[in-house]
Amino acid sequence: MIQINRLPAAGRTDQNKALNFTFNGKDYQGIAGDTLASALLANGVDVVGRSFKYARPRGIFGHGPEEPNAIMQIGSGASTIPNLKATQVELYEGLEASSVNGWPSVNFDVMGLIGAFGRLMPPGFYYKTFMYPKKLWMTYERFIRKAAGLGSSPIESDPDSYEKLNQHCDVLVVGAGPAGLVAAREAARTGARVIIADEQSEFGGSLLASTQLIDGLSATQWVAEITGELAAFNNVQRLPRSTVFGYYDHNFLAILERVTDHLGISTASGPRQRMHRVRASQVVLATGAFERPLVFAHNDIPGVMLASSVSTYVNRFGVAPGNKLVLATTNDNAYQTALDWHYIGRTVVAVVDSRTGPNGDLVEQVRALGIQILEGHGLIEAVGSKRVRKALVAPINIEGTKVTGSVQVIACDLIASSGGWSAAIHLSSHTGAKPVWDDAIVSFRPGESKQKERSAGACRGTFGGLDGLLEGANAGAEAAKLAGFGTGVVQFPTPMVDQIVEQPQQALFLVPHNKTTSRAPSQFVDFQLDVSAAGIELAVLEGFESVEHVKRYTALGFGTDQGKLGNINGMAILANALDQDIAETGTTIFRPSYTPTTFGAIAGRDINHLFDPERYTAMHRWHVENGAEFENVGQWKRPWYFPQANETMQQTVDREGLAVRNSVGILDATTLGKIDIQGPDAAEFITRMYTNSYLKLAPGKCRYGVMLKEDGMIFDDGVCACLSENHYLMFTTTGGAAGVLSWLELWQQTEWPELQVYFTSVTDHWATATVTGPNARKVIAKVCQDIDLASEAFGFMDWRDGTVAGVKARVFRISFTGELSYEINVPAHYGRHVWEQLIEAGSEFNITPYGTETMHVLRAEKGFIIVGQDTDGSMTPADMNMNWVVGKNKVFSFIGKRSLERSDSIRENRKQLVGLKTLEPNAVLAEGAQIVNDPNQPIPMAMQGHVTSSYYSASLGHSIALAVVKGGLNRMGDVVYCPAADGSATAAKIVSSVFYDPTGDRQHV
Amino acid sequence: MLLIYCPNCLEHREEEEFSYGGEAHIARPLNPETLSDTQWADYLFFRKNPRGIHHEMWYHATGCRRYFNATRNTVTYEILETYQVGTQPQITGTDA
Amino acid sequence: MKRYSGFSLLKNALSYHENWQKVWRNPTPKRDYDVVIVGGGGHGLATAYYLAKVHGITNVAVVEKGYLGGGNTARNTTIIRSNYLWDEAAQLYELSLKLWEGLSQDLNYNVMFSQRGVLNLGHNLQDMRDIERRVSANRLNGIDGEVVTPQRIKEIAPLINISPDSRYPILGASWQPRGGTARHDAVAWGYARAADALGAEMIQQTEVTGIRRKDGAVVGVETSNGFIGARKVACVTAGNSGVVAAMAGLRLPVESRPLQALVSEPIKPCLDTVVMSNAVHGYISQSDKGDLVIGAGVDSYNGYGQRGSFHVVEHTVQAICELFPAFSRVSMNRQWGGIVDTCPDACPIISKTSVDGLYFNCGWGTGGFKATPGSGYVFADTVANDRPHPLAEAFNLDRFNTGALIDEHGAAGVAH
Repeated sequence: MIQINRLPAAGRTDQNKALNFTFNGKDYQGIAGDTLASALLANGVDVVGRSFKYARPRGIFGHGPEEPNAIMQIGSGASTIPNLKATQVELYEGLEASSVNGWPSVNFDVMGLIGAFGRLMPPGFYYKTFMYPKKLWMTYERFIRKAAGLGSSPIESDPDSYEKLNQHCDVLVVGAGPAGLVAAREAARTGARVIIADEQSEFGGSLLASTQLIDGLSATQWVAEITGELAAFNNVQRLPRSTVFGYYDHNFLAILERVTDHLGISTASGPRQRMHRVRASQVVLATGAFERPLVFAHNDIPGVMLASSVSTYVNRFGVAPGNKLVLATTNDNAYQTALDWHYIGRTVVAVVDSRTGPNGDLVEQVRALGIQILEGHGLIEAVGSKRVRKALVAPINIEGTKVTGSVQVIACDLIASSGGWSAAIHLSSHTGAKPVWDDAIVSFRPGESKQKERSAGACRGTFGGLDGLLEGANAGAEAAKLAGFGTGVVQFPTPMVDQIVEQPQQALFLVPHNKTTSRAPSQFVDFQLDVSAAGIELAVLEGFESVEHVKRYTALGFGTDQGKLGNINGMAILANALDQDIAETGTTIFRPSYTPTTFGAIAGRDINHLFDPERYTAMHRWHVENGAEFENVGQWKRPWYFPQANETMQQTVDREGLAVRNSVGILDATTLGKIDIQGPDAAEFITRMYTNSYLKLAPGKCRYGVMLKEDGMIFDDGVCACLSENHYLMFTTTGGAAGVLSWLELWQQTEWPELQVYFTSVTDHWATATVTGPNARKVIAKVCQDIDLASEAFGFMDWRDGTVAGVKARVFRISFTGELSYEINVPAHYGRHVWEQLIEAGSEFNITPYGTETMHVLRAEKGFIIVGQDTDGSMTPADMNMNWVVGKNKVFSFIGKRSLERSDSIRENRKQLVGLKTLEPNAVLAEGAQIVNDPNQPIPMAMQGHVTSSYYSASLGHSIALAVVKGGLNRMGDVVYCPAADGSATAAKIVSSVFYDPTGDRQHV
Repeated sequence: MLLIYCPNCLEHREEEEFSYGGEAHIARPLNPETLSDTQWADYLFFRKNPRGIHHEMWYHATGCRRYFNATRNTVTYEILETYQVGTQPQITGTDA
Repeated sequence: MKRYSGFSLLKNALSYHENWQKVWRNPTPKRDYDVVIVGGGGHGLATAYYLAKVHGITNVAVVEKGYLGGGNTARNTTIIRSNYLWDEAAQLYELSLKLWEGLSQDLNYNVMFSQRGVLNLGHNLQDMRDIERRVSANRLNGIDGEVVTPQRIKEIAPLINISPDSRYPILGASWQPRGGTARHDAVAWGYARAADALGAEMIQQTEVTGIRRKDGAVVGVETSNGFIGARKVACVTAGNSGVVAAMAGLRLPVESRPLQALVSEPIKPCLDTVVMSNAVHGYISQSDKGDLVIGAGVDSYNGYGQRGSFHVVEHTVQAICELFPAFSRVSMNRQWGGIVDTCPDACPIISKTSVDGLYFNCGWGTGGFKATPGSGYVFADTVANDRPHPLAEAFNLDRFNTGALIDEHGAAGVAH
């Protein structure tokens, strides 16, 4: 296989190490050190993709993150990656790449026919058509969508892993080009902790492709030396292949490190990418600059490239992407490309310079080589279809606005263009700094700093070599000093660089054509999205004046290159159309990401089972071993029900519930929140938080309470026990535990700091087994000898210290089933032991473990509410028919009390908790079903409330439901209806919410 | 992501350790029952929500579990000071 | 107004697109107007349009401090649905949805309203109860919706992970087929163009700095370009509502918070619907351009900075990777933030005020974009007739005094 464009001089690549790869199914060979782009160019591949809108053939245009055209799908199957830029993909053995657009192929794309009708698709054409007939829009849209998009998402789960590293440093240097390297060295020298990150595979930035001498060394040798110096500092962390993609508040920066992408293997053992989350004391931005392409007719034909990219492929990769070069420029700097091309023995046909009388050092060198320089000329149009064949060149006026003479045709196969450089101000812009336009350098500069950062070198608009190095050194020293290291004075001698005398560049953002912009062949500004100069002018013609409007109307800058090439040209063309200057028109604000960032890396390890912690009780393994199905409640895994062989869920719940009602059951109640409350003012404090009073609750006693938010609505409930004087234990709902603790702390700390009371979460300290049912006492008696279990000694709503199954325990006689119940709390580590002992002790009574579903049925039979299921944040205690829990005579206006008196809170006809009994006893209403008085009324129906809880009760032999119904407490006996999706309606009678043992005798035995 | 100085722990910690507590210096009325619905609503729902200097509560939820106050610019997000509950800010005004 | 059509496109193509009419004039403001609308976002522009179209009030200026549609209209994730729980909210959003259904034709501007359906996922039993409750209420309110199974969800969105073993398993969802997305910029531009054609004037780059009152009634607005007189002033300034209210000595129960969103790079069509999940804090759809458009939760703190904290974005991306493990290898292209004005009950305020002739429409929180047509419609009616539109009645300011809140986030439940 011959790499037709490979040069004998290999740049930074290794000619001896061939690498095989495929592109669009065809085999190619590159060499180590190549990017996919350089390898494709070496192989003479011209067309690498099709444009988004017009499907025009496109070639490689740039050499870095600015690349708009060479967008690739890399790899296949589960590990495929969409939308990588070929210029940033390091070549590896076996790499598979394919174009993301083009059908049946990039070389012949059917959609390209549409390109011929491009004129029918000006900016905003979607908004102007496809409206009629109305019903066809979804069909139109399907075709529009099909034509859009770049690469394809994998369809399988990601086989790779990603990780995050939280880091602090004193100085973060972004970019390891000349300015960044010297900045890092100066900062490192002070002893500051330095991180230096660069997106490329090796440090050096633009120097990797430079022919300049520094300190008498070749640029790459100099880079090797200073990189070696940095490596010798143990306070410097060097991160190549690491893109700082976002600059956030308070000097927080995020870096994406590509760990294995360049190896091309899915590594099971390590992360594919690593995101560094860095908090930096000080930041030095040395992110360089992007060359601006010239905007001329058909400037998107393959074979048109950035001048600096041509030089980079020649010098760094040993690839000459063509034979006969025409260089179009507005500045001296690009003449280097003509020199580079000439010295590899290829032909520079002409340099087309928009200026008259250029005579800088590089210009003179080119002139001395006898290369034709067409001064005061513009390259107005490229000619070719899948490769440039000719350049049309014409004299232009001094302002660069008009063609002034006849057009000459120059045969060539490569056009390099340069319209000057744009500082890479992206990260500075992320901080909110407003970029400032500078006519002198024809670029934006970073605006006034909003964070602890400074820019140095090209990203600050300092494009000269020596000045950039000086700035870098100063920035490094200054950043270190402000971080508390060193004196701020530069320590190392300034590197010696040959100063090159340059003439001023010309600000030329649109090369004139002999036709008007609207009639000239497309002059592309944003290649990826096919935004042309005519499109921008059209937007202005239509009255869009704001840069944001024009950007959005034309899609300028919305591609995956984020407008790195096109934004400035586009804004300048806009400014010109509006007859404004660029400063007035302004720029859009750059936002993260600087370059696209893998979702997986942003997610890191916090996915799958680490997405949210799972909490298990001490008895969890027993539940698993005994076949429990689990329910997620908050972060907890709670047993939902314990099916036995072939049982349905309903059969299980029937069996479990009947066991509790007829003998005894056992529930793992560990997950209820538990807060230990102590202090001389504990009772007063608790009384302020609950609706009822705890001032007279004696040690050994428990009381049920409801907590309101200050708006009067129920937000939690539970039992609170007085453990001893000034010592209480508060139970909360499972999901509400954390919120209640914060709530208590809020009031104590911010409103009543004078109350001496202390809170400790003890949820995890205790394991809780609830033994409930008529035989509960007999079970407990077998494993607990030191508590007098007699009803008169240990009554309902009492608690006792004692020993259960040999373990110190707190036993509470509280009941959520309405049966005789003991909640046994033991230190968590003994949870399983005690649980098993209780099972053992209960075996003669057929003790039955039950889960949350049966718990729900049993409590609903008793009309006990579940906060968050029967309430929804809009329910008062009165709504729940629980005025008995509101202390009317409390001295202190407890939290939420005042709101209970608001006019809406005392309104008649509020929704109130009632029971529903279906007329057909076995019909179980859907939980959430809406309730109406008349199911035959027209839609919209007047809804009266909804079903909050609904079950089949095996104990009662019919279904039961709890519901909230408008004025429900005054509607006992009324029949209401729950309409279903199928048009049917279930009739139910409004009854008391207490279905079982309304006198409460069973829990008092 | 904010970096917040906890005046109790005496160090800067990441925002992820804290939760936001809303406007600071709102005293609960001592006698809620004497207030009109409108006055009570004012306490419940109406906040200054300024564009610029804001005195607000933060809670060091995964640290010391103490509430404290911060003076923060709601446009730049710069935190100008943090101070203990029950004390007054040094920096006041409406704009940075 | 010259109408847009395939034919006009062809005709203009033949003349090299040199003869398109301006979408709107950019006039210098007159001395006074019948109505000045403060805020040129979608809601303000829709208000101007319906004032002119429905009420014949055309002497109207929309005063915008930046550019039209540049605030939350330009920053949202474009989801449209009407499957709200409470009657008041559901009816308002349903009015909006009905207007969306004919909006492109009404405005003669293709807002690309795509009725691709909206899934709201349920991940635990309480989620499913809430979904059943909401869908049941929607149905009885005449709003389309059904409860769907994980298998059906998988058919609608094939890349979604319905494994029962996932940390937040998908137990089901509500499905509103008429919901979908629209092209956000086009909505602002379409309304502005249509309102302009009926006589309303778009005054951009003009910041309102004061609200002038006389004898308890509004007489006009002070602006960065001088005083503009008005018989009525209608404020629709979303996140900046509190600031504008303060100009008239009013307070609003509104707090402004950052709300973040992000998009991926464009990828080939792979998600044909809108998927939302409250439990994991993420929602996602795919734009016609191919970007995955992803919304995050609201940041906790007050902020006018149009940006939020990165950990919120991280969490949202985790949620998306949890729901769609295949998207892990796709890349985030851009992220940004808007300022949402949130009310304590997550419902808007569409209300007269204690100042005669001064009206507020704000507090839409995260629900603003989808409400644009309905909000403009009822607000125009409220302003034109100086009394609340029947569908706006419940959204008065007095509800915070009486306690008659319309607690939309109550539906999410508070404990279990």
